[in-house]
Amino acid sequence: MTKLQTLPAPEQEQGPGGKTPGSRTRGNRTRGNAGRPRESRGTLAFSRSARVKALAKHALLIITGGIMIYPLLWMVVSSLRPNDLIFRDPGLWLNSLEMGNYTDGWSALSHPFGHYMLNSAIVVIGSILGNLISCSMAAYAFARLQFSGKKLFFGIMLLTIMLPFHVVIVPQYILFSQIGWVNTFWPLIVPKLLATDAFFVFLMVQFIRGIPKELDEAARIDGAGHPRIFLRVILPLMVPALATTTIFTFIWTWNDFFGALIYLTDPEMFTVPVALRAFVDSQSATSWGSLFAMSIVSLLPVFLVFLFGQRFLIKGIATTGIK
Amino acid sequence: MSAISELSSMSRRKGPVSQEEKRASRRDNKAAYIFLLPWLVGLVVITVGPMLMSLYLAFTDYNLLQPPEWTGLDNFTRMLGDARLHNSLRVTFTYVLVGVPLQLAVALLIALVLDKGLRGLPFYRSVFYLPSLLGGSVAVAILWKQIFGTTGLVNQVLAMFGIAGPGWISDPSTSLGSIILLHVWTFGSPMIIFLAGLRQIPNMYYEAAEVDGATTLQKFWRITLPMLSPIIFFNLVLQIIGSFQSFTQAFIVSGGNGGPSDSTMFFTLYLYQKGFGQFDMGYASAMAWFLLLIIGAFTAVNFIASKYWVFYDD
Repeated sequence: MTKLQTLPAPEQEQGPGGKTPGSRTRGNRTRGNAGRPRESRGTLAFSRSARVKALAKHALLIITGGIMIYPLLWMVVSSLRPNDLIFRDPGLWLNSLEMGNYTDGWSALSHPFGHYMLNSAIVVIGSILGNLISCSMAAYAFARLQFSGKKLFFGIMLLTIMLPFHVVIVPQYILFSQIGWVNTFWPLIVPKLLATDAFFVFLMVQFIRGIPKELDEAARIDGAGHPRIFLRVILPLMVPALATTTIFTFIWTWNDFFGALIYLTDPEMFTVPVALRAFVDSQSATSWGSLFAMSIVSLLPVFLVFLFGQRFLIKGIATTGIK
Repeated sequence: MSAISELSSMSRRKGPVSQEEKRASRRDNKAAYIFLLPWLVGLVVITVGPMLMSLYLAFTDYNLLQPPEWTGLDNFTRMLGDARLHNSLRVTFTYVLVGVPLQLAVALLIALVLDKGLRGLPFYRSVFYLPSLLGGSVAVAILWKQIFGTTGLVNQVLAMFGIAGPGWISDPSTSLGSIILLHVWTFGSPMIIFLAGLRQIPNMYYEAAEVDGATTLQKFWRITLPMLSPIIFFNLVLQIIGSFQSFTQAFIVSGGNGGPSDSTMFFTLYLYQKGFGQFDMGYASAMAWFLLLIIGAFTAVNFIASKYWVFYDD
């Protein structure tokens, strides 16, 4: 899996999916165990100055990290405070838990907030299925099959990763509005069914290239055709890449504002980001509490995915640079 | 191997095609196109078709109701005289040219601090990475709007030191800065790419330099930076392309109108207003193509300049 390893994840985690089959270290180019690289240098002296240095680093990181996270923590705390305190108290202390912001915010719009969460969930699940199926199929062709025009198509695929979507959004909108798909979820899901998130095609191509070819050759000798090799040999082995795709699709789709803003104008169909925006518009600045409460609710799924999918997220970023 | 390095190496990779490969290719052709079918349909219907269509629309006047009317270069001459558009370009360029280097510098700095076998790396990495996952959301844009509001968190903290802060977001001279800060705040994902790159630098270089008595700063300039230059380049290209397309933050923070006095009117926001606010689809298409040209030019300049500063080991 030389291709995937050109940019190994910061931490070479073990465990299921942490490594793809056939991975090997490359002599002196890898630095051994994560967490303790370059320790050979430290043997001279685990001196006081080294300890002071480490301490200074931790101090720097804790302060910077604290500043980074502070706004988020403050938002959580503020969502549990009465409104007037939000404008006065920059601290994180809570004297009492006010759930009122949550109950107010939940029913502030024409539908309860759960309705928008459900809409988002439909779009997210559709998009994930679409990306998993269509991107893995395309990736299999690019990574394993020889065909005419392969290089050209592969180049085009890479270019589409960098193409700003604004260039296609106007005609896409016209197209979808002409077939009557405005205010449906189709414009948000169908492109995913057609592998337009080329990042994931690329990610999967890289991953499949790391799977030993001997495996498919053996399957072929046993009489398996391409669909069978793809389904029975490649797909089960590329679970880590599929997991990365699932997680990133989840987060991007859940956060997608532009697409939803354009295509979903009927409050019945709003996804979470457009609902939040409608909330901002409908309320004056005095209801920050419930606005924050619903913001927290909207961030919660992303946060949970982050918590449980960190390993895949970090691997995905380190290998292809997707966010 | 990133998409960008793959792309730049494509022109160089031209091996001879053997007889056997040709035979194999004929055998696989049909299967390949079946596997590629969804992607191919998407390419034609969702990407290339709309691109051509938008190129055509760029030369027309079209409001969705009447059929497009060919107006030649009209949209482009209109763009030349559109002061709001020029302003939106200035805003966007400021955002990209200030925000991207700043964000990458912070990302690199933190990656360097995190690199050297520090305890608690996974924890720190999560803390720094989380904002880049949330940063594009409407929720965080709302948070930003409050934090930098007149009675927001920042001014509350300043008030504790007896400083009366401005209304950061309602003041045209600081509003864009607040959004740039939001961009810098999301340095986590380039940081992770830097961390991966730092891990690739062979330790023996540092050991050799140490034997020669190199200082920390010398090691950074002579070893770390050159060895990391492909990664820096990759991050730079990626972030520039992404930043030119920023939309959500400016939209939410400014309440959708790019205010105050157009100081946060990003190019994409103006495009949205023209296309989906006023249904001036021809003009929006012309703007979209102009954006593509700008991004293409920036990327091309990046690639050309990279020959002078990006160092490849092998």
